[in-house]
Amino acid sequence: MSKPIVATTSLAGCFGCHMSLLDIDERILDLIELVEFNKSPINDIKKFTKKCDIGLIEGGCCNSENVHVLKDFRENCKILISVGECAIMGGLPAMRNGIPIRECLEEAYLNGPSVKNNTEKIIPNDPEIPIMLDRVYPCHEVVKIDFHLPGCPPRADLIWDALVALITGSELKLPYEVVKFD
Amino acid sequence: MKNYTQKIVEKYHHDKTRLMDILIAVQSEYGYISSESIALIAHELKMSDVDVEQTVSFYHFFSAQPTGKFSIFLNNSAVANMMGREEVATALEQETGIKFGQVTPDGLIGLFETSCIGMNDQEPAAIINNRIFTKLTSFRVKEIIRDIKDGKKIEELYSASFGDGANRDVSVQSVVSNNIRKIGPILDPNYKIGEAIRKITKMTPLEVIDEVKNSSVRGRGGAGFPTGLKWEFCRNAKGERKYIFCNADEGEPGTFKDRVILTELPRLLFEGMVIAGYAVGATEGILYIRYEYKYLETYLEKILEAARKKNYLGKDIMGKKGFDFDIRIQFGAGAYVCGEESALIESAEGKRGEPRDRPPFPVEKGYLEMPTIVNNVETLCSVVKVILNGAEWYRSFGTAESTGTKLLSISGDCRNPGVYEVAWGFSVNDILAMVGKSANVQAVQVGGPSGSLIGPDEFSRNLGYEDLATGGSLIIFGEHRNLLKDVVLNFMDFFIEESCGSCSTCRILPSVLRTKLLKIMNARGVQQDIEDMVNWSGFLKASRCGLGQTAANPIITSIKNFRHLYEARVQSRKEYDTGFDLTKAVIEACEVTGRVPNI
Repeated sequence: MSKPIVATTSLAGCFGCHMSLLDIDERILDLIELVEFNKSPINDIKKFTKKCDIGLIEGGCCNSENVHVLKDFRENCKILISVGECAIMGGLPAMRNGIPIRECLEEAYLNGPSVKNNTEKIIPNDPEIPIMLDRVYPCHEVVKIDFHLPGCPPRADLIWDALVALITGSELKLPYEVVKFD
Repeated sequence: MKNYTQKIVEKYHHDKTRLMDILIAVQSEYGYISSESIALIAHELKMSDVDVEQTVSFYHFFSAQPTGKFSIFLNNSAVANMMGREEVATALEQETGIKFGQVTPDGLIGLFETSCIGMNDQEPAAIINNRIFTKLTSFRVKEIIRDIKDGKKIEELYSASFGDGANRDVSVQSVVSNNIRKIGPILDPNYKIGEAIRKITKMTPLEVIDEVKNSSVRGRGGAGFPTGLKWEFCRNAKGERKYIFCNADEGEPGTFKDRVILTELPRLLFEGMVIAGYAVGATEGILYIRYEYKYLETYLEKILEAARKKNYLGKDIMGKKGFDFDIRIQFGAGAYVCGEESALIESAEGKRGEPRDRPPFPVEKGYLEMPTIVNNVETLCSVVKVILNGAEWYRSFGTAESTGTKLLSISGDCRNPGVYEVAWGFSVNDILAMVGKSANVQAVQVGGPSGSLIGPDEFSRNLGYEDLATGGSLIIFGEHRNLLKDVVLNFMDFFIEESCGSCSTCRILPSVLRTKLLKIMNARGVQQDIEDMVNWSGFLKASRCGLGQTAANPIITSIKNFRHLYEARVQSRKEYDTGFDLTKAVIEACEVTGRVPNI
């Protein structure tokens, strides 16, 4: 049987969840035995080269590019997992959700205390730049998500255990300290 | 401000359980309750500021900001919309130049929305400075706003003719109509005031309770608890004082029969409270009335005063030594949940109207921790007739399990909306024939938003506790109505607005369900959404009170009885759709940056 194929991405996240994945330490060698990686910042494959089994999503959607990447993942992965608070609930970036996007952009580029030399009062508008969304969306509000791995970031052990459970078809152990967050 | 507020606090003897009355007075005097007022009241009552503030923030008719010299509250119930509310709302915004939720810059007029105000048979209706304006049109709006701007007083805004019956009484003078279409033993105007009281002076309290139990009369507010049993529980409960509450909160959209009783037969109601007091050994009765009916205050106070003069109330009633009972009126301030008995008691104690955990039930520990009976207006009126004519006579009306008659509040698409008193046991079809249905009837909402939306298949069901139980509201929808938009969505908005927020189930789920409903209405839904709505609604059963437990009923009952309306709108080819719309999500950012969406 061929190895399951895994893809990962970081949308509106801080890469902390990817760091946590790397925190499985020497087990990364086992992981490579267990799975094959496709599109992922870990191996720097930029585009899907084949259909994948598991997609790990870090971060929510704050701009149009995030939405396209997420939809691309949904199309190419059998199972999608929201990894970490930002993917699950919008996380820290969603703190802007109570503020209209106009105010956010004006504060960042026109009125903020750190703004200097923007004499032409330009808010970046190059067509190449992804367009900001009206608010930050958790992934499951954009596409269907199959599983959620909570944590900020989810502990390395949790990511490891979840992947192994999924690949081997065994039950995931969820001890209290994994599901309590206070 | 200081003097007035202090005077009010003194009037209520610095009693913090009378906070509602104090806040109502301050709100009426100034049009809002400022943070200075809150601090002053808190100081005078020896409470913390936030304790006062949390009560202020809970009720719809208390405001922390000025609401205008003329505060216009336009009803946004489903039937108001059906009767042309949209046109009236537009006219109001046009004539005043402001949007709903705003006050004109000169502070003259404030425009606000409000939940059903108990005028479903004469919509669209609004409350302006505690006075009711019914059957509004865009013409009437122009007239009213012009008169306000011309500096006329609120009394001068009424057109020449008042409503029917006691609505013309010098102390009411409102344009509200009773629309009593059918009378029975309760609404019978020919009864002798005080006769029932005289009769019980010759009975023992236990005999009174037995008579009520034998009549099998059940609570008319909707829950249908046996009244005699409730009285017996309260009589047997230990407490140094006991209280009789009459629940006249009548907040269920589509219900207005209690308003008609309060207008036409308040003496009958008061008599019922006296009887309840005698039966359980209470000396104080409190009539809790929703704020929307504030226009009846002077009238009701006048009648209470007259009853005291005739010794129907007061000490040694009708010469019977030790038979003391008096009634005071407690107004609410705009909160549907206060119709739930423990929330009503909390409110009467000056607090937020949040339902209590039960047990203990109010009959054991109610108002001020004392055994308390809370009975609906109509229940108490029924009891008077039971005492006068006997339990056997009463049982001759209705069915075995549902004895007596029921006052129905009927509105919507029919020729003669209004109040009908009918014996229990008639079918919905019978009722529709009685009221003169005006079009092919698509659906009937039985029992208000917390009841069920039924279709023609079920019109042969009978009204009664054994089949189709109802607090008395029937709203009729003709075939031209869009049930999802006009009815279900409106009712979900209502529950979201009226949730006290205490239980997370009721605070969150109705909003989630509403989002799903909108998704289906916008053709983005899938079959799974319908199943999700049904399954998720089950969690609401974990809510503390009836409001939370029934908050999904508009959705559940409409899916059950009108599933085709939902299925016709879902996407058959898709199994899953989050409803996310990228085009919409980038509109705002494109406007700010001046970009063309190139998504």
